[in-house]
Amino acid sequence: MSAVPGSGTDYGFAMTVQRNGAPPPRAAAGGRWQDAAFAWLTRLFALVVFSILAAILVSLVLGSTQSLDKYGFSFLWRDDWNPVKEEFGALVPIYGTLVTSLIAMLVGVPVSFGIALFLTELSPTWLKRPLGTAIELLAAIPSIIYGMWGLFVFVPVFQLHIQPLLINTLGKVPGAGRLFEGPPLGIGMLTAGLILSIMVIPFITAVMRDVFELVPPLLKESAYALGGTTWEVVWRVVLPYTKIGVIGGIMLGLGRALGETMAVTFVIGNAHRLSASLMQPGNSIASALANEFTEAVGDLYFSSLIELGLILFVITSIVLALSKLLLMGLARQEGTRT
Amino acid sequence: MSDISAANPLYRARKRRNVLMLAVSAVALAFGLFWLVWILATLLYEGGSALLRVSLYYQMTPPPGADGGLANAIVGSLLMVGAGTLIGTPVGILAGTYLAEYGRSGWLASGTRFLNDILLSAPSIVIGLFVYSVYVAQVGHFSGWAGSLALGLLVIPVVVRTTDDMLKLVPDSLREAAAALGCPQWKMIVMVTYRAARAGIVTGILLAVARISGETAPLLFTSLNNQFWSLDMNRPMANLPIVIFQFAMSPYEDWQRLAWGGAALITLAVLALNIAARVLFRKTV
Amino acid sequence: METPTPVLRHTGSRAESRAPGASTAKPKSKLEVRGLQFYYGAYHALKNITMDIPERMVTAFIGPSGCGKSTILRTFNKMYALYPDQRAEGQILMDGENLVESKRDVSLIRARIGMVFQRPTPFPMSIYDNIAFGVRLFDRLMKRDMDERVKWALTRAALWDEVKDKLHQNGNSLSGGQQQRLCIARGIAIKPEVLLLDEPCSALDPISTAKIEELIHELKSDYTVVIVTHNMQQAARVSDYTAYMYLGELIEHGVTDQIFIKPQKKETEDYITGRFG
Repeated sequence: MSAVPGSGTDYGFAMTVQRNGAPPPRAAAGGRWQDAAFAWLTRLFALVVFSILAAILVSLVLGSTQSLDKYGFSFLWRDDWNPVKEEFGALVPIYGTLVTSLIAMLVGVPVSFGIALFLTELSPTWLKRPLGTAIELLAAIPSIIYGMWGLFVFVPVFQLHIQPLLINTLGKVPGAGRLFEGPPLGIGMLTAGLILSIMVIPFITAVMRDVFELVPPLLKESAYALGGTTWEVVWRVVLPYTKIGVIGGIMLGLGRALGETMAVTFVIGNAHRLSASLMQPGNSIASALANEFTEAVGDLYFSSLIELGLILFVITSIVLALSKLLLMGLARQEGTRT
Repeated sequence: MSDISAANPLYRARKRRNVLMLAVSAVALAFGLFWLVWILATLLYEGGSALLRVSLYYQMTPPPGADGGLANAIVGSLLMVGAGTLIGTPVGILAGTYLAEYGRSGWLASGTRFLNDILLSAPSIVIGLFVYSVYVAQVGHFSGWAGSLALGLLVIPVVVRTTDDMLKLVPDSLREAAAALGCPQWKMIVMVTYRAARAGIVTGILLAVARISGETAPLLFTSLNNQFWSLDMNRPMANLPIVIFQFAMSPYEDWQRLAWGGAALITLAVLALNIAARVLFRKTV
Repeated sequence: METPTPVLRHTGSRAESRAPGASTAKPKSKLEVRGLQFYYGAYHALKNITMDIPERMVTAFIGPSGCGKSTILRTFNKMYALYPDQRAEGQILMDGENLVESKRDVSLIRARIGMVFQRPTPFPMSIYDNIAFGVRLFDRLMKRDMDERVKWALTRAALWDEVKDKLHQNGNSLSGGQQQRLCIARGIAIKPEVLLLDEPCSALDPISTAKIEELIHELKSDYTVVIVTHNMQQAARVSDYTAYMYLGELIEHGVTDQIFIKPQKKETEDYITGRFG
């Protein structure tokens, strides 16, 4: 559901009603103090919502003061994680978060593009809504379901059939083959990334589909009129025209992938180990938090975990802010085009 | 002169590429649908029989090896989802009202919209951390209230967004008609504009409920879990998502069965809410 | 009652450029329309149209809103094939082949019949790439040849001097009139046989309009031009033949001078003299 811009006359109108002196007799029971009170109430809650993100930031910073003090910026590249010795570092979880999200994007973006292309150009009209709804249901499925299904259904199949194939083909390629080395465990960063990709597809597809439908029909007809094929019209005209929105949608998907917890926790293997191979287990910030927070003992352990949460919060907020700026920029551009 | 005929090799290559790319896009669609079908089929297969077992709904979560159900978890989830919705909805509606009716283009309105959309997609585990820091750590124990608070924070951005959108859809002519009758603004909003946007706002609430019903991460550090029957919101509260998490990751066969049953139950509820929201929304547009 | 004074001026240039045989011998037809019917779903939009579009002349379609003039233009290059609920029946013969029922790929037809739309539609790419887009669909030209083709098209569209130093700038950076001439250049770059212009000046200022009307005079020496316009004066200035349409029917079709000075049907006369529409 996208916003429809208001006419903008309301604000001025609201001021008029309040400035008009005594209200007419019939509405005397309504009174002006109620108007002011109600307006104040809504403004208060808007302020509350406005402040939530800042409040989260502040509380996370406060909670991580101990590890911030102890490690400073080196927390970001230390790869220790030893609760017993009280040595902590964020490198492994950050690496896992970034790698799984990258895999999710590499698989999810082309698939989303293909689905958006199908829905806007190929699908017969009667099929568009049901197909669109079906894809959106992928977003409605709770992430713990993805986690369970991932672990019990996907992982065995992956382990028995797909991983050996990858190890024997891509694993033998010099250089890049190191990404696919190791015994087929089923779980690991690659598995987590693939399941994440399925989860982000509906978000990216929805944005792509919305922006594709904003392209003026006259522009597409111009390309067809020169003898272009459907693919050429989409690839050379529609996509460049909508590229700002498309990137905004991709960043939205990335923001979601970075913060995803339960699906990743089930299948990433929860190992504080840095490995080159994607087949190996690893850890993401969210899964480290999910697994360890309630059992953490010791202030430094606690503080390190909260600092992990802070890092995740900052990364996702920046990505989501960029996404929003891009999509707002697109809306403004659409408004100025004739 | 260009060779504009079917014999032109460039033309033929382009045609082939067109067919190939369109076929690939159909494959992409099939790929997406394949996962949906597989996941839903799995849930039905693994959890379907558990759903039909009546004892699922009245027996408590058992220790491994014993018979049991998910009653306390179901009730706990219902309580916390309900409380979370009650906490988040008024905040969301009123804030959304400000955005649509009062502050259309001021700094507070644009800023709130921007930050709200970021909050909408923010990692829910961080929300859980936040509630832990400001509430659980202060009172010293986990509780159903903490869980409800975390869920409420997830409800807020959804309701703000949909309320804002739906109220903006109400034509200004309706507002002007009310004002022309001498109606004070707050009454106009509550009695005319809300009513006009009612179905859309309810849709937003349904979508928010659907979203929080399946959330696990924010409950991990707030409500924790409770093996026993408890209606005390001030103590750790049983809930479906964490029970599923715990039972699924365990090595016990019967616990895993229950986890599948819970998973099927949650998915059913969430999909039903989503579809209800869509049907309701379509009726209004 | 004497014929009312024509509501338009004759420009000398048009009288001179009219093909010598226009008023005497019947010119060769590029497109022959026979019994054309068109439907938007169940709505019968074009009713039994039969007419000829003469080669290397400008034919204008005029008529009030909704009369079907844009519709018939869009049947010529099968633009309706993009929309599932639109269909055509009957014959549009070009070089003996019926375009309506042709099994040939529609993009081959569209490469021979070019179209320019009511609003300028530059593609989101450089001016150079806009022109080259259509050419690249059918020809693999070396850079030098492509440069020449681009220059040729822009010159023909009277735009070369204004853009020759900024060929790699985005098409959107031009003014409205320039953008429309860019679209015309893009349309002729592939050297089509027919050029369809759907109200090409409706979004432009009078000066750009005048430039494009001059352009049309020159284009007709190489292309068959069909133009739809809601501006009768424009039709009179620019075209050799005019067709008047009303409610999906072809009311009258003939040499422009005839239509405007001494129309044969009363409906035509009513429209031309502004009694309605």
